[in-house]
Amino acid sequence: MSTINKIYFEDRSIVTPGDLIAEGDFQIPWSPYYYKFGNKYYSTVTGLLEVKGNAFEVIPLEGNRYFPKVGDTVIGLVEDIEIYGWILDIKAPYSAYLPALSVLGRPVTPGEDLRRYLNIGDYVVAKIETFDRTINPILSVKGKNLGRITNGVVIDIPPVKVPRVIGKNRSMLDMLTEETGCEIIVAQNGRILANCANKAVEEALITAIRIIERESHIKGLTEKIRKFLREKLGENKNDASSKAQTNT
Amino acid sequence: MMQVQKPRLILDNGLRLDGRRPDEMRPIKIELGVLKNADGSALFEMGNTKVIAAVYGPKEMHPRHLALPDRAVLRVRYHMTPFSTDKRKNPAPTRREIELSKVIREALESAILVDLFPRTVIDIFMEVLQADAGTRLVSLMAASLALADAGIPMRDLIAGVAVGKADGVLVLDLNEPEDMWGEADMPVALMPSLKQVALLQLNGSMTPQEFRQALELAQKGIEIIYNLEKEAIRKKYAEYKEE
Repeated sequence: MSTINKIYFEDRSIVTPGDLIAEGDFQIPWSPYYYKFGNKYYSTVTGLLEVKGNAFEVIPLEGNRYFPKVGDTVIGLVEDIEIYGWILDIKAPYSAYLPALSVLGRPVTPGEDLRRYLNIGDYVVAKIETFDRTINPILSVKGKNLGRITNGVVIDIPPVKVPRVIGKNRSMLDMLTEETGCEIIVAQNGRILANCANKAVEEALITAIRIIERESHIKGLTEKIRKFLREKLGENKNDASSKAQTNT
Repeated sequence: MMQVQKPRLILDNGLRLDGRRPDEMRPIKIELGVLKNADGSALFEMGNTKVIAAVYGPKEMHPRHLALPDRAVLRVRYHMTPFSTDKRKNPAPTRREIELSKVIREALESAILVDLFPRTVIDIFMEVLQADAGTRLVSLMAASLALADAGIPMRDLIAGVAVGKADGVLVLDLNEPEDMWGEADMPVALMPSLKQVALLQLNGSMTPQEFRQALELAQKGIEIIYNLEKEAIRKKYAEYKEE
């Protein structure tokens, strides 16, 4: 290596668009969140810089849109019905298409009303099958845990906060599941599906997710949320049991 | 107030009409995320000039045939509110506003990484709440910060300031009388980190030497504004950092 690699920021510092992050030649994957100009690397968004030895990564802190990636699990909202499939909103700059073939497992019989299977306003857990710069994403519901959502609650968060809700090695998600006992699916497009035992737990979970969303750049957030949930659920668990007693 | 006769722009003590030194800028106030419904927003104040900007997108383009296959389209609207000037301004877009929308759009196109979002559109709205010279640059900066607030990737933030000539003296950040009666007005906007020019216009006359000096003066001002912009973005995250 002839050039000396230099990173100008410390780990976990906030970068803004145009900040000179580093100079030299880094072996890092392409990302829209940095920009290379000559041998200089600039940030393109407001984000958190993570430095790992001789590499860095910009984790964006702002952004309401999801950029589709093939293989991602997403939660879509049915917006329109066509003859051979549905148009879904996946919070991306492009609307997604879900072919009826994938839902029914057979071709559509002429004159069949697709409204019977999925109607406008339904949420669907799906996978992105194909997408590139020239075509809109096409979804598929073939696979485990995919398909129409029948129960639970869908929580909307900005897609850039998804990695934080999951955490390193799923730490945050595991903690949330452990503390609340809810069944949680985090889709890459910033929608979370939660199936909880009762309303109180559900509300606590939503509040916790809102805190994660707001304070996503803070260190040690997992432990803070755990403490918060224990405090909140300590009292509510009693409520639930007392309600259960009155019911019986 | 409109004056019929040209006032003296540089006083005997070398100061300007509003008491500033020739190389002094007006006070700046920046606020991000001021609108709830927009994807990104910013309020930028420079002295008495106040501009609010809002960004929506990137989103699907309608009508479809106006979308570009290889990049995002920018739809930019620069508009002055009827109450922004001393006499009521007709809210219909004027020739000047349409032209400034185009100039600002071209400046923003050089900064935003438009090729990341093919077939989409990004809507940018700027409303001048109060006009006191330099609205095009304040609008441009407000838009640039609103884009940063929306998380849309761009090469650099844009910072800009006008330089001009009043009574033969080069002055930084013109005010209304200097704009009206001065000999030259040159708005300059840069992407400071990349050392690239995003917008440069010149109205009036300057010698080549004056032009060079003016550009240098603008660069000094831009450096200060650029740091204020970055500070404003970071401020949002500093609040929670202490815990």
